[in-house]
Amino acid sequence: MPEPDPHDPKDAIQSGGGGAMSLATGDAEALGTGPVPGGPASGKARSLWSDAWHDLRRNPVFVVSALVIAFLVLIALWPGLIASGNPLQCDLAKAQEGSQPGHPFGFDAQGCDVYTRTVYGARASITVGVCATAGAALLGGVLGGLAGFFGGWWDGLLSRLADIFFGIPIILGGLVFLSVVTGGSVWPVVGFIVLLGWPQISRIARGSVVGAKQHDYVQAARSLGAGNGRLLLRHIGPNAVAPVIVVATIALGTYIALEATLSFVGVGLKPPTVSWGIDISNASGQIRNAPHMLLWPAGALSVTVLAFIMLGDAVRDALDPKLR
Amino acid sequence: MGRYVIRRLLQMIPVFIGSTFLIFFMVYALGDPVAALFGDKAPDPATAARIRQELYLDQPLWKQYLHYMGQILTGNFGTAFNGQKVTELMYDAFPVTLRLTLVAIVFEIVIGITLGLLSGLRRGRSVDTSVLLVTLVVVSVPTFVSGYVLQYLFGVKWQVVSPSVSPAAPLDELLLPGVVLGLVSLAYVTRLTRTSIVENSRADYLRTAVAKGLPRHRVVTRHLLRNSLIPVATFIGTDVGALMGGAIVTERIFNIHGVGYELYQGILRQNSPTVVGFVTILVIVFLVANLLVDLLYAVLDPRIRYA
Repeated sequence: MPEPDPHDPKDAIQSGGGGAMSLATGDAEALGTGPVPGGPASGKARSLWSDAWHDLRRNPVFVVSALVIAFLVLIALWPGLIASGNPLQCDLAKAQEGSQPGHPFGFDAQGCDVYTRTVYGARASITVGVCATAGAALLGGVLGGLAGFFGGWWDGLLSRLADIFFGIPIILGGLVFLSVVTGGSVWPVVGFIVLLGWPQISRIARGSVVGAKQHDYVQAARSLGAGNGRLLLRHIGPNAVAPVIVVATIALGTYIALEATLSFVGVGLKPPTVSWGIDISNASGQIRNAPHMLLWPAGALSVTVLAFIMLGDAVRDALDPKLR
Repeated sequence: MGRYVIRRLLQMIPVFIGSTFLIFFMVYALGDPVAALFGDKAPDPATAARIRQELYLDQPLWKQYLHYMGQILTGNFGTAFNGQKVTELMYDAFPVTLRLTLVAIVFEIVIGITLGLLSGLRRGRSVDTSVLLVTLVVVSVPTFVSGYVLQYLFGVKWQVVSPSVSPAAPLDELLLPGVVLGLVSLAYVTRLTRTSIVENSRADYLRTAVAKGLPRHRVVTRHLLRNSLIPVATFIGTDVGALMGGAIVTERIFNIHGVGYELYQGILRQNSPTVVGFVTILVIVFLVANLLVDLLYAVLDPRIRYA
């Protein structure tokens, strides 16, 4: 089997796991937002990071998606800012009623205010997305990075272990794993996504470290007497982390979609947790008489996923040195 | 090539054992199948013990696993709790899901490659930008959302197709569900084809073909498209397994009695033999699809074979 390589489309796709979730097209010119022609101003040399930041600030895709995400994080932290009601306080008499003053999105089957529930639903999605991505990136990044750096039996073992988790289609695994967990809070869902998500990140991190390890500056540092820890933290790490960040950002969006899908199937989050997936599932039976119950949470979910995927695309364009 | 195939086959064995054991562990060690059999009533301890012994559940987990795998190799997937053989359920369910997956794959291939080719050849133009935008949006809308919206529009509002599929699930009723199932992958196929076309348009052999004076359609079909489809073919191969496993959401929306439906029922009732049996088959399909893809890749791209 060929060495996994982050730029090989085949490997990138396999690492999408069961859902083939990764946006593995590697298309640099997505939405025509390639790097600024002419590149950075000549003169003072800039690091990859300040260069990337320079590009990102001028990229409308990045600015829009970052603003949307900032707003989502804000209402996930303080939903009361824009929704004064209580998502669990419902009035059955108003069940399935449409939009009316003070309740712009109408009411759901239990007579709960759809607007309030949609706003409060952001918290579950953002929490799952951020925590699962952080966990998977940390676990996969460290394991994959060490495997790439040290090689040998540890590398082989880790690659086979990752293969095993890839062998399980992700929604199926979720159904089996989460159906035995009771409770329905966000943490089992986060745990499951980390469990099946880390191999994707670890493959990318491994490939990236293997690439960075061979550079001359690493040899130079080693011959100057730098130890493994210093090499990893000061020389290889900062130069290998960019692909991991890109994949993690795109994965964040797909994890949010995955959480909603699992909640929709009935094994993810469970009431009284307010989640877009649960609300969409509840609304699906009434789509003929009250489509608004489905469309608002579904729209919020789609916009959130879209924002994170667009952010990941923009960050990749900025960080991929091959485009410079 | 022969050595590559053998090495790849040998690599598959530990992965297969690991994946199936993981599933087995989740169902049998984390859940309690005997308690599930009795529903919400408390089982009589003596009866429970007898059932445990009959079902081999009193043995340590690894022995249960070995026993189960031995049974599977002889084609015995056990009996569901209602007395029906799991293999019978499979005979009913798998053809339906296979047909559904087939529709999705054909849809992906025809539309995805066409769109990818069009936008790749007109890079940077309005066609290209709109294709990229649309695929980005399609990727962001989860299957269960697009499923309900399309079902509502086509099945209820415009009444073009029937919103729910009959138990026999003929091919024509599976058209809309197949499109829904393949929608996200369609976006990936489109983007992948486009990227591949854009990359290969700069290749030396393409410049040579143009310089030789070959007609444009020949350059595009024989030189450009053929080489660009290698990664796409491998993606579609991997996708067969992923789609069959992911069909559970689509099957629930359109009420299709396929693999996902049986699995969902099995999980709801904690019907362990059904769940483990179906998931094992799906894992096998997934692994075999991945294996075939790797081999196909080596056949199509000699650089992999001799690496």
